[in-house]
Amino acid sequence: MQNLVSELLLPALVPLGLTLKVALTATLGACLTGIGAGYALSRRSLPGRELLDAICTLPLVLPPTVIGYYLLVLFGRRGVLGQWLQETFGVSLIFTWQGAALAASVVAFPLVCKAARTAFEGVDQNLESAARSLGAGELRVFLAVSLPLAWRGVLGGTMLALARAMGEFGATLMIAGSLPGRTQTLSLAVYEAVQAGRDSEAAFLVLLVSALCVTLLLASGRFLKSNPAT
Amino acid sequence: MQRIKTVVGILALSLLLFARVASAQEIVVSAAASLTNALDVVKKGFEAAHPGWTVVANYGASGALLKQLENGAPVDVFASADQQTMDQAAAKGLILPGTRRDFVKNVLVLVVPADSKLAVGGEKDLALPGVARIALGNPDSVPAGRYARESLELAGLWDALRPKYIYGNNVRQVLDYVSRGEVDAAFAFATNARQAGAKVRVVREAATKTPARYPVAVTSTGKKAEAKAFVDYLLSAEGQHILQSFGFGKP
Repeated sequence: MQNLVSELLLPALVPLGLTLKVALTATLGACLTGIGAGYALSRRSLPGRELLDAICTLPLVLPPTVIGYYLLVLFGRRGVLGQWLQETFGVSLIFTWQGAALAASVVAFPLVCKAARTAFEGVDQNLESAARSLGAGELRVFLAVSLPLAWRGVLGGTMLALARAMGEFGATLMIAGSLPGRTQTLSLAVYEAVQAGRDSEAAFLVLLVSALCVTLLLASGRFLKSNPAT
Repeated sequence: MQRIKTVVGILALSLLLFARVASAQEIVVSAAASLTNALDVVKKGFEAAHPGWTVVANYGASGALLKQLENGAPVDVFASADQQTMDQAAAKGLILPGTRRDFVKNVLVLVVPADSKLAVGGEKDLALPGVARIALGNPDSVPAGRYARESLELAGLWDALRPKYIYGNNVRQVLDYVSRGEVDAAFAFATNARQAGAKVRVVREAATKTPARYPVAVTSTGKKAEAKAFVDYLLSAEGQHILQSFGFGKP
């Protein structure tokens, strides 16, 4: 028992903490952008709506390695955005946990965006028009009418995004590498442990990830059920 | 119901057919990532000399390949970039001991991106503040990473430089990092650096305790005769000539 704690549990805490940090940051990023994009896409007046929708869905369909490559080329030290970030703020995302969060948020974004679009489209247009006729601005309509009516669908998408962000592997590996204690999340740690032949460690991490996912699914199911639609 | 049965039957039959075609005179070679380009040419030479035979190459970090072999991957020939991995394979009874031979030698080098402005002239310069990231293979599974650790330990720098390390999953990834300029310096094999051409600059050979000799062996579960023929070809004058053209040394 003593051995189990010192040899398996303690070393697993670092990648576990990192996974949560990366996944939560990524979900926050995916939420802010995804809800905005989903709302915009739900407006019939938006020109080129279906094309934009296809572009927003792309990260869901593309292999994570393709996304990783795009990010590497964009945010690398010699990339357009990477150079700008380096010169303006002196930061570089490659091989950092922020880079991992960026990768995870890009792959999780379509899940929020899609769910949000569907949810906003389900909101009664008359209610929004009524708010406008009473003098509310677009932002006010969004915050006071559309979002409260659509929040359940948005939340469902967010839960999926969180789950997706926690399991991210391919794009993360390409942009953030697999640095123990810095960017090595649980999914990367499992891969490394198997590669290096540390079987008991791999088995323990696999159980830990499985338990975490079951907990998350149960929690989200409960959360969604105990809060019936307004 | 009848239709479903027919479809399932056809699927099963076609699977069987494919499986048979695939196994005809096919030799699966698991080889260290650093051998990638050289073995692609060796494979062509071998197939030309043995009509009807196909070599399927499976490249990766030696440690990862060992792991696959251990879990029953259908491999006939195993070539690692270090003795330690092959010793482990031998200890686990995964290779036929009599067939093990050293077939090439490589050299670990310290490289920097070609446009690097840092004055890195040797290992001790890696401690300079301008050097923020040093790429090396993960010493747990990548032989080139293990040699790099040896070299840094010899220089007495291993622990001090630890925060700067960026671990690659195999030596080619390490090389990719340095060619893209994502890291300031890296440890890779001389043959890798040669492939990267003008994108990287070799600073110097890194001193290691263990020479990087690559062993090859027939696996204990493999097709023995065919695998032996491939190992013989690697050691033949023709095979050696190809390997040396990629910068590998005689064992």
